[in-house]
Amino acid sequence: MTSAIVVSGLHKSYGSTHALDGLDLEVATGEVHGFLGPNGAGKSTAIRVLLGLLRGDAGEVSLLGGDPWHDAAKLHRRLAYVPGDVNLWPNLTGGEVIDLLGRLRGGLDEKRRDDLLRRFDLDPTKKGRTYSKGNRQKVALVAALASDVELLILDEPTSGLDPLMEEVFRQCIEDESQRDRTVLLSSHILSEVEALCDRVSIIRRGKVVETGTLSELRHLTRTSIHAELAGAPNGIAQLPGVHDLDVEGNRVRCEVDTAQLDAVMRQLSASGIKSLVAQPPTLEELFLRHYEDDVAAEPEVAVR
Amino acid sequence: MNDFVGTGTLVRLALRRDRVLIPIWIVVFVISAAGSAKASIDLYSDKAALVEAARTSNASPALVSLYGRIFDESSLGEVSLFKLTAFGALLVGLLAAMLVVRHTRSEEESGRLELLSAGVLGRYAALTAALIVSASTVIVIGLVTALSLVGSGLDTKGSFAFGLMWAATGLAFAGVGAVTAQVTESARAANGLTAIVLGVAYVLRAIGDSSSDGSTQWVSWLSPIGWGQQVRPYAGDRFVVLLVPLVFLAVLIAAATALIRRRDLGAGLVRPRPGPPRAAKSLRSPLALAWRLHRGSFIAWGFAFLLLGLLVGNIASNVDGFVTSDSAKEMVQKLGGVEGITDAFLATEMGVMGLLASAFGIQAALRLRSEESALRAEPLLATGVTRSRWLASHVLIALLGTGALILVAGLGSGISSGASLGNMGRQVPRMLAASAVQLPAIWLVTALVVVLFGFAPRLVTGGWVLYGVFLLIGQFGEIFNLPQWMINLSPYGHTPRLPGGDFSVTPVIWLTAIAAALTLAGFATFRRRDIG
Ligand SMILES: Nc1ncnc2c1ncn2[C@@H]1O[C@H](COP(=O)(O)OP(=O)(O)OP(=O)(O)O)[C@@H](O)[C@H]1O
Ligand SMILES: [Mg+2]
Repeated sequence: MTSAIVVSGLHKSYGSTHALDGLDLEVATGEVHGFLGPNGAGKSTAIRVLLGLLRGDAGEVSLLGGDPWHDAAKLHRRLAYVPGDVNLWPNLTGGEVIDLLGRLRGGLDEKRRDDLLRRFDLDPTKKGRTYSKGNRQKVALVAALASDVELLILDEPTSGLDPLMEEVFRQCIEDESQRDRTVLLSSHILSEVEALCDRVSIIRRGKVVETGTLSELRHLTRTSIHAELAGAPNGIAQLPGVHDLDVEGNRVRCEVDTAQLDAVMRQLSASGIKSLVAQPPTLEELFLRHYEDDVAAEPEVAVR
Repeated sequence: MNDFVGTGTLVRLALRRDRVLIPIWIVVFVISAAGSAKASIDLYSDKAALVEAARTSNASPALVSLYGRIFDESSLGEVSLFKLTAFGALLVGLLAAMLVVRHTRSEEESGRLELLSAGVLGRYAALTAALIVSASTVIVIGLVTALSLVGSGLDTKGSFAFGLMWAATGLAFAGVGAVTAQVTESARAANGLTAIVLGVAYVLRAIGDSSSDGSTQWVSWLSPIGWGQQVRPYAGDRFVVLLVPLVFLAVLIAAATALIRRRDLGAGLVRPRPGPPRAAKSLRSPLALAWRLHRGSFIAWGFAFLLLGLLVGNIASNVDGFVTSDSAKEMVQKLGGVEGITDAFLATEMGVMGLLASAFGIQAALRLRSEESALRAEPLLATGVTRSRWLASHVLIALLGTGALILVAGLGSGISSGASLGNMGRQVPRMLAASAVQLPAIWLVTALVVVLFGFAPRLVTGGWVLYGVFLLIGQFGEIFNLPQWMINLSPYGHTPRLPGGDFSVTPVIWLTAIAAALTLAGFATFRRRDIG
């Protein structure tokens, strides 16, 4: 399996702000890769380095097999980028911007252009200054999705889209994925990432703290267990991966690392299970753990 | 009264945002006026020298059309400050109008005002606040200038007439800014429209002042800057004329508020029409996009330059009408006869055109930075466009655009002076050459912006500062007795004075070479730096 993007040990600082602090990121060709992290984590900075707009201070970056700083223009013909803040030229219509960006990338699929305009319900005759934020975002999305490229780099592309349009966006990305496009999708919307991404990297303070497929990450989450046992539970507290244990007579409540679920269930059934409620793990919990600032107090498990 | 709710908050906000800008402007105006006064007082200790200087000036069509007439040739105050009467009023007007636009249309455009309007904010609050800020600024400039002139040793009544004349002209143009901000839909367009009004006002007074037989003197009265001159500081101190700009302001405020009542927040008076759903075949390169972005402003500048050229050429053909008195005739002979004085006039005016064309070059090159900071460069540079190609697109427009403008002015002045002097075949090529020699200095100043953009993008507006410094050196360098090396810093000082003067190719080559080197340095540094 080849990689569309390989970043290792990337550092970038703005004056005293260390925006990227040894970032490692790998995006395999053909996958949809989610890029998550709290505000200011360094997602946009990493993307700008990938595009050769910023120069990394140290570290290796390879994009589609080339060096994005030296071969920027050549590589850019093979990718399309949607920035997080889309600003349009006040006097150009949306349609003109879509055509211009498409041509500068080296061509546009006319049929897809029309199709996307219809699906996103976008009026291409309005002037840049009269579009709402969501509609500006749509102009950039149509321009990117209608281009014939191998790689899509999307920085929070759905910020400002209404739920209906977000759904359209999801379908479009699924289509792209079926065409074997590689997608790097930075996002704050967990459901979107869960629905679309094959693999996910979570970035915090300029470093990737988790990366893996969704089921690998799910492994890092915890299942919450409520059980009523026939007898008093024993040995649960000593098991690894059991958190927030609360025993009241024969009742047990606890959070269990999904990876340790089997051992805990064995232990419980040894005492005889009368009733059991298990809450399935959500990625949300995992993300929130990483979004919270005091997470540093907890041991970090990295899946590589 | 609800329409004004929130005005106070907005005034405080505006003053906070401009807490550096406004004091700097005030200081610049006061120092220019007081400095001129001090320097001239030292220079003209002898009454005869004073009258002689005033006569020379009034006999020179170049000076009269540029600065205006000296009404009282024996008035120390007037001779000291006549270069700043109309010209200074123009700059005060520019400041006043830009302040109003900055705190109304720019705010509205960026959406900040919408944020505020969502709270409790009357519909006239933004305009009222902007006018209060702008008016207070020019009134402070006027009063402090007046006091500083009194302090320099000039007559008290005249000094107040001068300061209040500046303030009143500023107020008139604050009104202009109020209206242009409502009519147009972007701050850029509003400032452009204001600049056109200022330019027209300046030209109208130039036409009136240059009228040699007095038949077209009334034209000055069509211009707010002309009203300022007619206050005649130090030469009659006609304070009552100050009422004219005040009435003008009142009318414009009424017009602006009427416009506000008729339109929605964010919209201009001119509703945007839908445009083409597809881009023209030609819109497929950064240069095509850059041309599209600069086109409107370039065409407006082109017309202005053609008109100015025609006008200057026309004034030049009446030069002998200025020479009425015997002493003046004698002086004309000394200066090389009527042709000599006509050429001197045309050469001076071409120099002014060069300064004006540079403003277009600077503004066009600054577009690079505004595109970058508005995040509109990023999506282009993330396509197959190289950095150099994107940079080259705007730089080409700036360099070729200034070239086209100055040649248009040369052509216009050649045609109109040639037509009235009856030697078109000679005058057109002479004026084209006179305009072409301005180019190296224009390009050098434009290239300074390019190199700043590559090297220190945050300081790129320093291009205007350098331009201002060169302008001041040219205007006041000799009066202030600046050392020669400082005077030499201004590229405009090295431009050969054509027509009529000696042409030397050396400075032209040097200026061009430096401009080219600076441009290349701009490219080299831009390729190496971060975008954003
Ligand atoms: N041009 C800049 N100058 C100085 N600091 C910057 C600049 N751009 C970003 N930063 C800082 O770098 C860090 C990373 O910012 P970045 O924009 O990459 O975050 P992000 O993950 O994209 O956040 P968000 O989710 O809010 O978009 C932040 O601390 C930010 O303040
Ligand atoms: Mg971001």
